[in-house]
Amino acid sequence: MSVQTDKGRQETAAPTASAPAIELRGISKAFGPVQANKDISIRVEKGTIHGIIGENGAGKSTLMSILYGFYKADAGEIFIDGQKVDITDSQAAISAGIGMVFQHFKLVENFTVLENVILGAEDGGLLKPSIAKARKLLKQLSDEYELSVDPDALIEDLSVGHQQRVEILKALYRQADILILDEPTGVLTPAEADHLFRILDGLRAEGKTIILITHKLREIMESTDTVSVMRRGEMTATVKTAETSPEQLAELMVGRKVLLRVDKAAATPGAPILEVENLRVKDDQGVERVKGISFEVRAGEILGIAGVSGNGQTELLEVLGGMMDGTGTIRMNGEEIDLTGKYSDGKSRRARGIAHVPEDRHDEGLILEFQAWENMVFGYHNAPEYQKNALLMDNAGIKAMTQKSMDKFDVRPPNPLLEAKSFSGGNQQKIVLAREIERNPDLLLIGQPTRGVDIGAIEFIHQQIVALRDEGKAILLVSVELDEIMSLSDRIAVMFDGKIMGERLPSETNEGELGLLMAGMTGEDA
Amino acid sequence: MSKMPKWADAVLIPLISILLAFFFSGLVIMAIGKDPIVAIKTMVQGAFGSTQGIGYTLYYATNFIFTGLSVAVAYHARLFNIGSEGQATLGGLGVAVVCLAVPWPHWTLALPAAMIGGAAFGAAWAFIPAYLQAKRGSHIVITTIMFNFIASALMGYVLLNVLKVPGSMAAESANFGPGAHLPTFHEMLAPFGINFNKNAPANVSFLVALLACVVFYFLIWRTRLGYEIRAFGQSDTAAHYAGINRVRIVIIAMLISGALAGLMAINNVMGEAERLIDNAVEGAGFIGIAVALMGRNHPIGIFLAAILFGFLYQGGAELAFWESIPRELIVVIQGLVILFTGALDNMVRAPLEKLFIALDKKKEA
Repeated sequence: MSVQTDKGRQETAAPTASAPAIELRGISKAFGPVQANKDISIRVEKGTIHGIIGENGAGKSTLMSILYGFYKADAGEIFIDGQKVDITDSQAAISAGIGMVFQHFKLVENFTVLENVILGAEDGGLLKPSIAKARKLLKQLSDEYELSVDPDALIEDLSVGHQQRVEILKALYRQADILILDEPTGVLTPAEADHLFRILDGLRAEGKTIILITHKLREIMESTDTVSVMRRGEMTATVKTAETSPEQLAELMVGRKVLLRVDKAAATPGAPILEVENLRVKDDQGVERVKGISFEVRAGEILGIAGVSGNGQTELLEVLGGMMDGTGTIRMNGEEIDLTGKYSDGKSRRARGIAHVPEDRHDEGLILEFQAWENMVFGYHNAPEYQKNALLMDNAGIKAMTQKSMDKFDVRPPNPLLEAKSFSGGNQQKIVLAREIERNPDLLLIGQPTRGVDIGAIEFIHQQIVALRDEGKAILLVSVELDEIMSLSDRIAVMFDGKIMGERLPSETNEGELGLLMAGMTGEDA
Repeated sequence: MSKMPKWADAVLIPLISILLAFFFSGLVIMAIGKDPIVAIKTMVQGAFGSTQGIGYTLYYATNFIFTGLSVAVAYHARLFNIGSEGQATLGGLGVAVVCLAVPWPHWTLALPAAMIGGAAFGAAWAFIPAYLQAKRGSHIVITTIMFNFIASALMGYVLLNVLKVPGSMAAESANFGPGAHLPTFHEMLAPFGINFNKNAPANVSFLVALLACVVFYFLIWRTRLGYEIRAFGQSDTAAHYAGINRVRIVIIAMLISGALAGLMAINNVMGEAERLIDNAVEGAGFIGIAVALMGRNHPIGIFLAAILFGFLYQGGAELAFWESIPRELIVVIQGLVILFTGALDNMVRAPLEKLFIALDKKKEA
């Protein structure tokens, strides 16, 4: 145990041979009327990787927040190495040997790696001894676990994958024996994710215990020893990973059988609907985000744009949707559209037959305080069929239309008078999708269609997208989920650093090749 | 998921807040050695006990309805218009210009013209901060506050140098003349055999204010413009996504807000003073903020809150007069009402929400 440096915690927490690293007994937690965790018990054995899987809102994060001392459980007990502990805050969690790597990193951007690692764990008033100690330890760790990071680099200069390593190093520096990772691969390329799992394997071999929270079945299957499934605040099952299958886990998560693959016939592309030539986009700071890309989307096909988030896909969608200005040429049905000025806004784009399901449905696609029926015409509220007369909107008519759309798109609960914020992520997305598809657009732009959407709804949303394609519409799909891109797209373009690195057919490529393109390496490099 | 029923949010919370405010006001009155029961009796008697009292209460309420709606319409676009005071001041100038420029034959002609004048001047005064916010990003709170001071100074200049009657010592305009006289409640109700007090300033503007409440409701919740204003107010990124023009919404919302504040002048300038005097608004613009806050930016709530503040104004004046309770203490009571209904909303809301959740659980069990 090379990480155990000077403090004598090992003696005080002398474990009995069979005691699990973590044991939770009967944990319950309610937020007002919502029961986030209901009588949850798990045992995680020492030196294993334990997955916790569940849909959004199943209570995974609440459970981990209780373990890390952010929330206090209403009932239940926590045992670490067989000893009952009372975790009142994150300091207590750290001294119990628990380290947490959050989905959104908690690093000081303009500090160096070393400074971040010792932050809050300095040995004394002067930094120098701590820094020297941390430097030695970092060297050791990077040799042992492929955890190499330049200790003197500023965080803001590091890639996301490296930043995550710093988070892990922070936890190890604090002598964590138990490491909790919350959706660790959401921001990583496939290669970075693979590297992360090699690191985790190495840590497990050293006797560390790892809890991996994720919604990706594949990661669970590939890296964990045991897995617990949560649904609606309850622990529905804990199984050995080797004895289960993705299908079974999905069923446990959702509570019914789910189709994991998308059933679709081969595409029959027609005339080009959207043609993009040498498109360039600058953001508010004047940084070029899209660097001269060209492509086309034909009627009856789905073009998938793959890439790690932050490589210009967001800006591409926003320019096409009229939310940002750009330069270059974009033709819609053969007619050039304005990329700057008065007629370059969402309204003008919709008039051209472009529908847009934005990446961020909370901030853009919906008004959370508005009721469902008000959201169902958002962006199309000026359409003549939604007006009662010259002055007033036809609220009753819109409500009736919303009721129909909600039934058709299986939005639950199908109540047009409910505020958007009271729907689950999947049902919110169905509202946005219903709104955009029901207007019968020629082109559908769709960003991260299933981000924060539960598995049951993912299946439905994918079916709707394919159905729209089969009606002969053009679809531009942007997603950071490679699985989604692979299974939905008829053609795949990979973006890296504002450029398209290459186009592939899903039948003729694989995740490895796409992963290399996503990391900026072209076929020749690979 | 269960939460508080709507009626509790709309009625119970403000009611409890007001009772708390009165309770603490009672403590303050006791602290200076007066009897709070006598005090509240005097206030209610003074505000509602006679047609004169009612006339004053409704006169004040009319002012507050206009300024409350003014603040509320801007607030629906998430613009905090602190400048209703100045916009109402300029509205007074607009009304005075209209009333003095034409020898009006009858009030039915003078009133619509004065409304247009007041609304136009108020809107114009709001336009400058609106433009600066929309195009330059100058914060509307800062600019509208500044514009209150500028309005006040401008009014002083205009009254002393332009509108003052030659030879008069008072910084005020000439009287508007009989054709611009608005019917008071006394005159309006006499045909129905009701003898309303002759001196009370409540006038036909009260009905205009009620009409404004109705128009406000339709504008905000039934028209495309209202839809866009609310959408922009809730999320400007979403509004941008939908192709709603941010600049247009900021400017239009502020123009409507300024126009509503300017409309107030038909009550205080045209209806009551019948001439333009200095500081005619008397802080009604600021009370409008509290009224809008308490009324949840809804016309019915604003109407009720305006009546409450009308009562505080009129009842407070009576209290100062009859009980020799200093005028400053009346301001303290008003301040407590604003504090409890506006700023301390959550103090009442949180425990009440818990209570309702507990009740719900009991029902389920």
